[in-house]
Amino acid sequence: MRVIRTSKAAKISIMLATLVLLVLILAPWWAGRADIRLMGELFLYLALASLWNLMAGYAGLVSVGQQAYVGFGGYMLFALTIFAGFPPVVAIVGAGALGALVSVPVALLIFRLRGAYFAIGTWVIAEVFRLSFAQVSALGGGSGSSLPVKIVRSMADGRSEREALSYWLALGIAFCVIAAVYMFLRSRQGLALTAIRDNELAASSLGIDIWRTKFVVYVVASALTAMVGALIFLQKLRISPDAAFSVNDWTAFVIFIVVIGGIGTIEGPIIGTLIFFALRETLADLGTVYLMVLGVVAILIMLRAPKGLWGLVRARFDLELFPLGYRVISDKVKKE
Amino acid sequence: MADPLLQISKLDAYYNDFQALYQLDMSLGEGEVLAIIGSNGAGKTTLMRSISGLISNNSSQMRYRGNPIGALRADQVAALGIALVPEGRQLFPSLSVEENLLIGGRLGRKGPWSLRTVFNLFPILKERRTLPSTSLSGGQQQMVAIGRALMSNPDLILFDEISLGLAPVIIKSIYDALPNIVGEGISAMIVEQDISKAISVSNRVYCLQEGRISLEGASKSISREEISHAYFGIT
Amino acid sequence: MDWVNVIVQGTLLGGLYALFAAGLSLIFGVMRLVNIAHGDLIIFAAYLGLTVVMTTGLHPILALVFVIPAMALIGYALQVGILNHTLGDDLLPPLLVTFGLSVIIQNSLLEIYTADPQKMDAGVLETASFSLGDLQLGVLPVLTFGIAVVVIASLQWLFYRTALGRAFRAVSDDQDIAQLMGLNRRHIFGLAMALALAVTAIAGILLGIRTSFDPSVGGGRLIFGFEAVIIGGLGNLWGTLAGGVILGVAQTIGAKIDPGWQILAGHVAFLLVLAIRPQGLFPRISG
Repeated sequence: MRVIRTSKAAKISIMLATLVLLVLILAPWWAGRADIRLMGELFLYLALASLWNLMAGYAGLVSVGQQAYVGFGGYMLFALTIFAGFPPVVAIVGAGALGALVSVPVALLIFRLRGAYFAIGTWVIAEVFRLSFAQVSALGGGSGSSLPVKIVRSMADGRSEREALSYWLALGIAFCVIAAVYMFLRSRQGLALTAIRDNELAASSLGIDIWRTKFVVYVVASALTAMVGALIFLQKLRISPDAAFSVNDWTAFVIFIVVIGGIGTIEGPIIGTLIFFALRETLADLGTVYLMVLGVVAILIMLRAPKGLWGLVRARFDLELFPLGYRVISDKVKKE
Repeated sequence: MADPLLQISKLDAYYNDFQALYQLDMSLGEGEVLAIIGSNGAGKTTLMRSISGLISNNSSQMRYRGNPIGALRADQVAALGIALVPEGRQLFPSLSVEENLLIGGRLGRKGPWSLRTVFNLFPILKERRTLPSTSLSGGQQQMVAIGRALMSNPDLILFDEISLGLAPVIIKSIYDALPNIVGEGISAMIVEQDISKAISVSNRVYCLQEGRISLEGASKSISREEISHAYFGIT
Repeated sequence: MDWVNVIVQGTLLGGLYALFAAGLSLIFGVMRLVNIAHGDLIIFAAYLGLTVVMTTGLHPILALVFVIPAMALIGYALQVGILNHTLGDDLLPPLLVTFGLSVIIQNSLLEIYTADPQKMDAGVLETASFSLGDLQLGVLPVLTFGIAVVVIASLQWLFYRTALGRAFRAVSDDQDIAQLMGLNRRHIFGLAMALALAVTAIAGILLGIRTSFDPSVGGGRLIFGFEAVIIGGLGNLWGTLAGGVILGVAQTIGAKIDPGWQILAGHVAFLLVLAIRPQGLFPRISG
């Protein structure tokens, strides 16, 4: 008998993923300008969804306030480039660092709330951020501000070069987030996280420091979310409190993506993002109806197939593209 | 013998994911008192939870007055006149003593039991009736749990480990009260660790071992050797 | 004198927040459910009231005769039809399903009533006021506060003095054992949600008379209600009223300093309570 982690499907998927990644990196040479923009947005949503999934699906931290860090990251991009004169790419990293910094006191506060109350607590924090940034007149107050042309130009000379750079940054962060989530879940801490999800009481009796593990997840997810936020508003070039801290754009959509794709799986957010964008491109004209359809689909999935579409696929085909658990393979047939 | 009040046939029951009862056959006549004995993990509590509807089973595996009840919810089973005194009392902590009794009587079935008659049976509860149920001693809590079950005027009452964790003198007083309860024409099923207590109050005994019946017989005629054999599985 | 006025106005505003919170507190108490769509249901009730007023010409307060039973029915159906299926040990399903509901309600309202702000016309009630010493009190805020007190007192009475309240508490204590008493928990949960949405109906109508509303403002009402519940302490109805008052006073004080700080000051008060006394000021049960 052997105990292995990879499976044949996983090996094939690594090769396929490498190939897909190569094709995607080359996208600025083969795809049109509109497609590049759309794909860039898709990768940013994929990163947000993977991070939300890490928190809710693995660490039991169900947040409806991740827009706090998206908006914070966006504003930090503007502040660091305009006031501190950082180049945009450096400012993105800075936004991540500041996101981690601000998430520490926030976590200390809202970790006092349990379960669903934690969720609403995160929302309050996002509102506090929104109202606070609306008070900062240097960043345009309630009406917001635009990224100065000088800073935009400093990224790259031509418009298409800038857009390609934006695209690569989005692709890069989506890749890094998924890789980081995957590595994290395979680490000791990650295994502890899975143990917590499966049984908090048992995990604590095994000496796993639940609070600390959740805290680390929260801070890391906040930092990465802030970086994604900085990238989002680097694409948009304009920021306002309502857009930066929108619960619909940065949390509702993300939750729907994860729920539809499959919560608590790494593949789920990927599938969910693809479905979300496919639906959006076909149903976008319907506006509010589109959102209602998403809500209904998400509720139905939560009630009928709580592990989402990927859960259905996995149950049917015993497939795992990102193997986290171990498999036991029996080499020889058991003697009768 | 006439049609039994409760007929259990080929019952397979599960506690969480694991099978606790295998093909169990059991019957209980009108007015009869059954004792169920067996070691920990023999499936006694699963049996109690199955009968009372807290564990759902196949409909026909359990018949009450000839009607299938295996798949009914616990509240539907309760409405038919089956009451459970659960293991560990399990009173409602946010309800007072009297409220615990009243909620037992909310089904409004007709019969001899009311607040007045329960208080006659356990006079101490009348004194304590406005207190929170959690402030009572273990024995008094057990009296409330029994009273709460009686308030529904059941035809069949199930006792799950009523003497567990109580002082001997309390156990004695509760067992002394039992004839007053089953004497009112109520059938009973008593799950008990204390074998001699169980035998002294019952008509018949079932011994469970690893989810199966290892012994069945009239309480009077059964011998200690047979019981210890069935209980511990010593061959 | 100015500051006394600010505190009195804040207290009266707190009555409205307590009404936002009472339903939230009630369903959490009975079934440990936190309904993310609660705020949107308040706004839904306001629109329902608006429709009744427009079609029948009734005074908004009288429209409650229709809106309360309608919301109660919706609550029962919602609970029995959907939310009961989400209850269990896992926290995610109820949270995500009510979040989905929130988005559906919000966008349905957008579709039907558009994004234009609406308001209910309550005639002289909106502007009528009387003086108490040096204070000038609006009739509507005083009425709102009075209704909040009556609603909380009635809920308190229902919870601790009636058979239904006993059933609520029993189910809240232990669902299995309550089931053994012949209580069908699905039905009891349905009744609890019906009651919560009946209170929501009152909150929605009073909100719609007091200020203009549009489909997007539900989230904010949920947050106010939630803050009142946490400040007051989980599971304590009178505490919820106190929490609403503290939130209202914090907001009016903030607004007095700078109009832009009104809402922010309320959030800060909430975070302060969370930092200093996370169990709330008047806790009853642990979450």
